[in-house]
Amino acid sequence: MSPNPVVSLRGVTKSYGPNRGVMDLDLEVGEGELLAVLGPNGAGKTTSVEIMEGYRRPDRGTVRVLGLDPVRDRRRCIPQLGIMLQEGGVYPSLSVGEAVRLFAAYFANPVPPGELLELVELSDRVRSRYRTLSGGERQRLSLALALVGRPRLLFLDEPTAGMDPRARLLTWEAVREQRRRGVTVLLTTHSMEEAERLADRVAIINQGRLVALDTPSALIGAGGGGVVELETIEALTVEGQARLSALASVERSREVAPGHYLLRTASPPQALVEVASLLRDEGPQVLRLQVGGGSLEEVFLELTGGTD
Amino acid sequence: MSSPQLVAPWPRSLRAQLRVELLLLLRQPENLLVILVLPVLLLALFAGARIFPAGAGRPADFLIPGVITVALMSTGMVTLGISTAYQRYYRVLKRLGGSPLPTFVLVLAKAGAVLLVEVGQVALLLVIGRLFFGWSGAVLGAIPLMLLGSVCFAGLGLTLAGALRAELTLGGANGLYLLFLVVGGVVLPVDHLPSWLQPVAGALPPALLSSTLRAALGSTAISGSTVLLLAVWTVVLAGAASLLFRWE
Repeated sequence: MSPNPVVSLRGVTKSYGPNRGVMDLDLEVGEGELLAVLGPNGAGKTTSVEIMEGYRRPDRGTVRVLGLDPVRDRRRCIPQLGIMLQEGGVYPSLSVGEAVRLFAAYFANPVPPGELLELVELSDRVRSRYRTLSGGERQRLSLALALVGRPRLLFLDEPTAGMDPRARLLTWEAVREQRRRGVTVLLTTHSMEEAERLADRVAIINQGRLVALDTPSALIGAGGGGVVELETIEALTVEGQARLSALASVERSREVAPGHYLLRTASPPQALVEVASLLRDEGPQVLRLQVGGGSLEEVFLELTGGTD
Repeated sequence: MSSPQLVAPWPRSLRAQLRVELLLLLRQPENLLVILVLPVLLLALFAGARIFPAGAGRPADFLIPGVITVALMSTGMVTLGISTAYQRYYRVLKRLGGSPLPTFVLVLAKAGAVLLVEVGQVALLLVIGRLFFGWSGAVLGAIPLMLLGSVCFAGLGLTLAGALRAELTLGGANGLYLLFLVVGGVVLPVDHLPSWLQPVAGALPPALLSSTLRAALGSTAISGSTVLLLAVWTVVLAGAASLLFRWE
């Protein structure tokens, strides 16, 4: 698309045995674009990102990040990247302030640590050790560490996984702010809402293959029909999922993540009733049950197949 | 691409990294236990109770080289080894690999932190030996041997960390530490061990280091073959450590 893409993958394949890794991935991310990589657990999202970050060398295909080979030209590439791993990455006995100051010392012109902690609302936790932080606070610190070097390209691997709604909104705002400043952002998520709200374009990956790549509105326009979204307090058993798919009004169902399901139906109201009564009699407590029609959920379900 | 000016000059990252590595070594209570409390306790206990081989002069003459060996094992093998393994487990090393921190700066910072801690340990043990147990000896000549031993144990700790999972490194380093306390000629002379065990024990790094330190600090003749064997161990273990090192 753009003449000088910030990220470009051509025919990238990386396999870790059967059904793991990515296959023949073609992807371009333009300057200043926010691309969300969406897919169920184990679809190859992290593998794709780690290839772009230079952590993994693909078996086949070419990778260009900021015009460089992220593995061979690592020394030139890395200073321009902001990397947020899916989890961990900080010495557990270091405090928030110590961690930010340490990473700031790696860069010639870092964002001042105080400013950064304010941005992710961790100023009041500056003396807390990493190991005492909540999951959401750890994610926000990790985001701050990704931003400290004023990156041109930001990689966020499931940045809001496990965050409460307030922290999620805060993180979204911080990501949008980067986008406004012209930073190119690539984020992975299995939250449709996140992709829809943040992304300029969405790449949907399923079983290691790119199945769709377009703007959220174009993807939604391509869909149609009814989808019901279900979240349960714990994951359904295999039988539980089979029973869900077997409901009269449900055409098919798909597990997006453990405890998160999308159901394709001709009649959303009827599906709501059937699902609610099924789970009232047996199975885990329902956290959320709602009609999600006309959104990315629909497209996602359409494209990633699902158990019939 | 103008990346060079994006990255801090390396002395600045080195200073920050060294400070953090030092903090991490000294912040954990369990580290302080093996780094400081245990060597001092061994010295005080054995010298105070005058438990030492007959004909070795003052107790401290035998014990000081032994507890210095213990101190170097505590820092290089146990603390460095275990902390490195856990830094990989917590993906700290992976994250650092995705930062502009040059590898050589990370290595220098870790080596510098270990060395500073060891200088403190040795100074403390020598002062205690001097003040309370009438020890005196030729320290300057022993410094190169201490450096050699220090690299050797650090190599061993990092080899364990590279070869094993974090929990196994923890167990392995602590297990070797206990074993070396017994067969390392540190508080118990190697020739008090069962005769079948003596040749093996005598060829392992702790006994090699403690015996040559004893000679150097006591200003008696140092055995060239002992130093050579210790140097071979050091080269092998440092080589293995760098071959086995993994970022994640």
